[in-house]
Amino acid sequence: MDEQLKKQLEIAATKVRMGVIEGVYNAKAGHPGGSLSVADTLTYLYMNRMNVDPANPEMADRDRLVLSKGHTAPALYACLAHRGFFPVEELKTLRKIDSRLQGHPVKGKVPGVDMSTGSLGQGISAACGMALSGKISSDTYKVYAVLGDGEIQEGQVWEAAMFGAHYQLDNLVAVVDNNGLQIDGKIGDVMSPYPIDEKFAAFGWHVICINGHDFDEIEKAFDEAETVLNKPTVIIQRSTKGKGVSFMENQCGWHGKAPNDEEYAKAMEELNAHLASLEA
Amino acid sequence: MEKKATRDSYGEALVMLAEKRPDLVVLDADLAAATKTGTFKAAYPDRFFDCGIAEANMMGVAAGIATTGKLVFASSFAMFAAGRAFEIVRNSIGYPHLNVKIGATHAGISVGEDGASHQCNEDIALMRSIPGMTVINPADDVEAKAAVLAMADYVGPTYMRFGRLAAPIFNDAATYKFELGKGVQLKDGKDITIIATGLMVAEAIEAGKALAEQGIDARVINIHTIKPIDRDIIIKAAKETGKIITVEEHSVIGGLGSAVADVVTEECPVPVIKIGVKDTFGHSGPAVALLKEFGLCAENIVATAKAALGK
Repeated sequence: MDEQLKKQLEIAATKVRMGVIEGVYNAKAGHPGGSLSVADTLTYLYMNRMNVDPANPEMADRDRLVLSKGHTAPALYACLAHRGFFPVEELKTLRKIDSRLQGHPVKGKVPGVDMSTGSLGQGISAACGMALSGKISSDTYKVYAVLGDGEIQEGQVWEAAMFGAHYQLDNLVAVVDNNGLQIDGKIGDVMSPYPIDEKFAAFGWHVICINGHDFDEIEKAFDEAETVLNKPTVIIQRSTKGKGVSFMENQCGWHGKAPNDEEYAKAMEELNAHLASLEA
Repeated sequence: MEKKATRDSYGEALVMLAEKRPDLVVLDADLAAATKTGTFKAAYPDRFFDCGIAEANMMGVAAGIATTGKLVFASSFAMFAAGRAFEIVRNSIGYPHLNVKIGATHAGISVGEDGASHQCNEDIALMRSIPGMTVINPADDVEAKAAVLAMADYVGPTYMRFGRLAAPIFNDAATYKFELGKGVQLKDGKDITIIATGLMVAEAIEAGKALAEQGIDARVINIHTIKPIDRDIIIKAAKETGKIITVEEHSVIGGLGSAVADVVTEECPVPVIKIGVKDTFGHSGPAVALLKEFGLCAENIVATAKAALGK
C-alpha cells in the first residue's frame, strides 16, 4: 500500500477511535473494546474500499456492510460520520433518549446502516440474503459481514456459513474479528470456537488470516477476496481488544463499559498524541 | 362442498403471483413438498432457494433479500417459522420492518399424526406480539389465494398461516375480495356472535346453521386478519349481541380470542368465551378426531353457545 494512503488511513482510524471514545463516554455505556479492535478494518472499508455515497445512502448498487457484531456500533457510527453520512458531532448523542444512534445499529434510522443487528449471529444471514439477491439479478455490489469471534459460537453463523458456500456467494466477504475475548473471559476458555480457519475451510469458504491492525495486510486480504470465484471468503483477523487505548488493550473488562472522566481524559490524550504524531 | 388444504392454495398462489412479480423469490427449509412451495419450485426453479433445515438462517436470508427490494416469501411449518425462528423474525425482520412474507403451513392441531412437537398452537400469539407484524389466517382456498396476492402488494412484514387439512371451500371465487384488516360477517344474528378464524370458520358456519334450527340467532364473523384486527366489527357485535364466542385452532392464550377480548374489554365489556386449545399440548391422531377431542368443531360451538345463553 502506498505510504501516504496508509498514513491517511491511520489518521482516519485514530479519528474513528476518538469517535468511539467520545460516544461511549457521553453515553456512559456501550462497547469500546470490540469497537476499537475492529476500527482499522471498518475504517479501511468505508474510507477506501466500499462503493457508498453519503449523498445517496440507499443507492441500489452500493456495497453493503452488515455489522453482525452489532454491539460495536460506536465504530460503525464513527466511520459513517467521518465518511460524511451525518455530522461527527452527533457521535456524542450515542444511546441518548432522543438520538437516532441506538445502542445497536438500526436500518432505516441512521443513513448508511444497511441492516439492524445486535442479536449476535443474525447479521451474517442477512448478508447472505443480500449477496444471494445480488446474484439473482446479476448486480455487481459486494457484501461485507463483520463478526465477532465470540459471536461465532452462535449456531446460526454456521447455518449461514453452509448457505454462503452452497450458493457460491463469491460476492460475500465475512470478517471475523479475532480479538480473543468475550464478556466472560477468553473465548478459548468460555467456549472455544478454534480452529476458526479450519472450520470455515471445512464449510467451503476461502480463508485468509491477517493482522487486523496492519493496513497492508487488510488491503491485500480484500484484494485477494475479489479474485476468489464460486465461494465466499472469510478474513480472520487477529486483533487487540481495546486497540489504541493502552489501559483498555486486552482487558475483557472493557468489553461493555464506559470510561469515567479520568479514563476518558487519558484515552483522548493518548489518541490525540497518536494523531499528532501521524500528522507531524 | 369441495375441500382443499390452504397450504395447497398457498403454493398455487405463489405460481399465480410469479407471473406478475418477476422480483418474487421463494425460500423454504427442506419442506417444499409439504408447504407446497414445491409447486412454485417446479414452475420457477430459478427463483426458488432451499435453505436446508436451518430456519433461523432462512429468516435472516429473507431479511437480507428484502433489503434489496425484492419480494420474498419464506416458508416452513408454523412450529419452526414462528417458534424456532421467533427471535430472528423479531430482530431481523420485525425490528427493521422489512417486507418479508412468512408463509407458515401445518399450523394448529390438525397437523394430526405427527403429534404435539409439530402441532403449533402458539404461532398467532408469538407473531402478533411483534410490533408492526401483520398476521393473516385465511379460512379456505379462495381466501388463502386472495390473501397471498393481496399481501404481495402490501409492504411490510407479514405472517400468513396455512393448514395441512383440507378445508371446505365456502367462499365464491368470482365475488370474493380480500380486504386487509376487515372482518367478514358471514351471517347476521342478534342473540350471540361467533367469531372464528382459519379452519374454524367453516365449523362456525355449520354451528350458525344448527343454532338457527334450534331457534338461536347467532351472528357469524370470519376474522382472517388477526392483526391489525377489525375493531369496528367486534365492537358492533358486542353491542348488538351482548355475548361473543371465539373459535380458533390455536391456544386460547394469545390468539384470536385474546385479540378479540383486548378490544371488547376496552370498548364494550361483554362476556367473551374462548374455544381453542386450553393450555395443553396435543397428541398424535387423525386430524378430524383431534379437532373433535379438543372441541374445535361445530358441535362444541353449538353446545357452548347454548350454555352461554342458558338454553
